[in-house]
Amino acid sequence: MSELSNLTIQKARTLLDSKELGAVELAKFYLENINDKNKELNVFLEVYDDVLKNAEEAQKVIDAGGAGELTGIPLAIKDNILIRGKKASSASKILENYRAIYTATAAQKLLDQNAIFLGRTNMDEFAMGGSTENSAFGVTKNPLDPTRVSGGSSGGSAASVAGNMALGALGSDTGGSVREPASFCGMVGLKPTYGSVSRYGLMAMGSSLDVIGPITKTVSDAEIIFNTIKGKDKMDSTSIDIENSKLKIENFKIGVPYHILDGDGIDADTKKNIEESVKKLKNLGYEIQDISLPNIDKALAVYYIVMPAEVSSNLARFDGIKYGLSVEGENLLEVYKKSRGEGFGSEARRRIILGTYILSAGYYDSYYGKAMQARKKISEEFKDAFGKVDAILTPTTPFPAWKIGEKKTPLENYLADVFTVAANIVGCPAISLPFGLSRTNNMPLGVQLMSSHSNENILFEIGKKFLNEN
Amino acid sequence: MAITKEEIIKLADLARIEIPEKEVESLAHEMDSILDYVKIIQNFHSDENEVSENPPLVVRGLESENVELFKGGVMNVFREDQNPNESGNYTDDVLREFPNKENGYLKVKKIL
Repeated sequence: MSELSNLTIQKARTLLDSKELGAVELAKFYLENINDKNKELNVFLEVYDDVLKNAEEAQKVIDAGGAGELTGIPLAIKDNILIRGKKASSASKILENYRAIYTATAAQKLLDQNAIFLGRTNMDEFAMGGSTENSAFGVTKNPLDPTRVSGGSSGGSAASVAGNMALGALGSDTGGSVREPASFCGMVGLKPTYGSVSRYGLMAMGSSLDVIGPITKTVSDAEIIFNTIKGKDKMDSTSIDIENSKLKIENFKIGVPYHILDGDGIDADTKKNIEESVKKLKNLGYEIQDISLPNIDKALAVYYIVMPAEVSSNLARFDGIKYGLSVEGENLLEVYKKSRGEGFGSEARRRIILGTYILSAGYYDSYYGKAMQARKKISEEFKDAFGKVDAILTPTTPFPAWKIGEKKTPLENYLADVFTVAANIVGCPAISLPFGLSRTNNMPLGVQLMSSHSNENILFEIGKKFLNEN
Repeated sequence: MAITKEEIIKLADLARIEIPEKEVESLAHEMDSILDYVKIIQNFHSDENEVSENPPLVVRGLESENVELFKGGVMNVFREDQNPNESGNYTDDVLREFPNKENGYLKVKKIL
């Protein structure tokens, strides 16, 4: 059934509910695609063995007339989100054989609707990276060009949707890890408001930045998953409820901080693409305004201070004692050092050590202290901007998916996050929309829309019109 | 100011990570280039010239109800200690993940 490759979650729902398509048949289509492609692309680290059984269960729910929006929908899940009894390794050797002892709230909400998890997807180890080249289990190749990366850290999740190996996927976004891979694979990626989706059962990287978000083919599909997984959770004290208020304003104003496009290392194609998207937004009737975010040029520096500081604290729990890899040593200290030395890959080790340096007594004020001041200032500037406009438009990334192995130094990799990190620092929602192709290598480009806290609805409204949905 | 090899060894020691000898030098170089980039933060001058005593852990409060948080206020996140899990619900799963165990206990090396 080749027409299944054009399916979206919305279309699949209609077909499942009208009984034109069975949940088992749908699941089999994705399992076959995974079987055909996964060896080459390395998208899934594991395909679960209970998929067909769960699809049969979902079919029963549909037959009984109790289907929710995601009942019987085959999804992929990033390897850092827990499902009780199933392996979750964060693509790290230190957790290679770890089986989760509880289920993440976001995953549970999907399971409650009898959504089908096909398997766990590859990622940069502990979500540290923008290409999955930091996975302990090999890179995920881009389904659109297997010589290129699929982005990261949720690269497997983005590739699974782009390669028709899942209808939608969960990723996690600490500095762009949902939006960047979605953009590299031509998909939609949503980073929700900080706290709107519970972090319970998401392996912590930067606790003040992390959020779970969907990667899908359409904005409508991202909205469906977000509305299912969001909400306050007693297991996460930072979680909040988002009211699904009706939008009052009809003609949104969209701000473009043109000054950030003057920075170094931004492809000409990417700049041109922003002009094109501005043109399209104007044609759709939106007012465009040139805005200024004076300190946004410091956002990436703030991020690469705050994030490693939080990483060095969060990853202290992996000690070779309670779970995961344990390497024998003469004494307790040696067990710690050997287990962590062998268990963590080079990027994880680098960020832990960087965070340890940044938080050490002599440097705390000049790095972490300054970064927290700047974080506050940048948040205030966003607040001012959102007093004037309803959404802010930027590119998602400065350049499209790179060739595997092309970026040699850590800093080169970090610069890919220059447009995405601000939303994490401020905590506001942001969506990456596929728009345009690079003329040099034909890879997809993405544009990013940000809105003020809890106003995902604005992003969905503009995003759907922008991508000609409905 | 370049990071020395000795500093890398000291930091790795503090972080309880064994680093292969041959990686120490490359790590020092990489740390230098990252710190060289992030040091632009040191040119940042805040209006208030001081960090609040309790920097906001959660910078989500741009909306009105959370504005106190955003100003650097602190929110009480404690809950009542009640409704524990049913005893034994997770015991087997937790035990299964212990690298070393004996008679249902986690086994560690002697500390003293």
